[in-house]
Amino acid sequence: MDLSLSTRTEGERTIVAVGGEIDVYTAPKLREQLIDLVSNGHYHLIVDMEAVEFLDSTGLGVLVGGLKRVRAHDGSLRLVCDQERILKIFRITGLTKVFPIHASVDEAVAATD
Amino acid sequence: MRLQISPTSAHVRTVRLVTTAVARRTGLPDSVLDVIRLAVGEACSRAVSLHQAYAPGEMITVLLEDEGKFVVTVCDSAPAGAQTGHTDPLEFLAGVDSAEQRDSDLMPSGLGMAVIDGLVDDLEIAPASSGPGTVVRMSWPLAAQV
Repeated sequence: MDLSLSTRTEGERTIVAVGGEIDVYTAPKLREQLIDLVSNGHYHLIVDMEAVEFLDSTGLGVLVGGLKRVRAHDGSLRLVCDQERILKIFRITGLTKVFPIHASVDEAVAATD
Repeated sequence: MRLQISPTSAHVRTVRLVTTAVARRTGLPDSVLDVIRLAVGEACSRAVSLHQAYAPGEMITVLLEDEGKFVVTVCDSAPAGAQTGHTDPLEFLAGVDSAEQRDSDLMPSGLGMAVIDGLVDDLEIAPASSGPGTVVRMSWPLAAQV
């Protein structure tokens, strides 16, 4: 698979660092990771997309699914991304209004819900 | 160039890579290559999703042309009744729970079409000329040859 995932916690937040391409083939792996985290009680997630090289609508759907899951537990899902070519798909779909998107992990960790 | 792929999600990246490589040789700038990469990926993912549900034994065809314009055409053979229109992304957000509960991990093809529509200025969608299916034709202007 062309997708790497690693997780770590910082205080109350769980950071999922994603690398590579999130598309129709690899998105299920990210989906499973997010489902796993929520079912293990991690409700404040930060998805770090600084190393993501490609994101399509399937990937967006997985992120939206993750957001819905954490919200069911009064949680949060923030994104870290400052690459215009990745942000483009959020802009086109209007999902920039839905996800808090931060330029760095530090900024995401510091943000309050 | 003509590519044919079986409806397997693993092949979508291959089509993205080949299409971008061909587009790069025409001298299109990186910003346009990024759009082409995303658009062809969305069109192929949509075709793969439809074929997996409705035409699993059929190949999907991708045509690449670079005379005057760079044209990417994705042809599927899913029955007309299976084709979905756009999904409004925010409606998709509201409804995604039921989508997630389906066995398929592929998102409704409507969201992909909404992305293509937002990305591609010169977009034509038409029924296949013979048999069931749809032709999604996406074009980008090339600089005049010097």
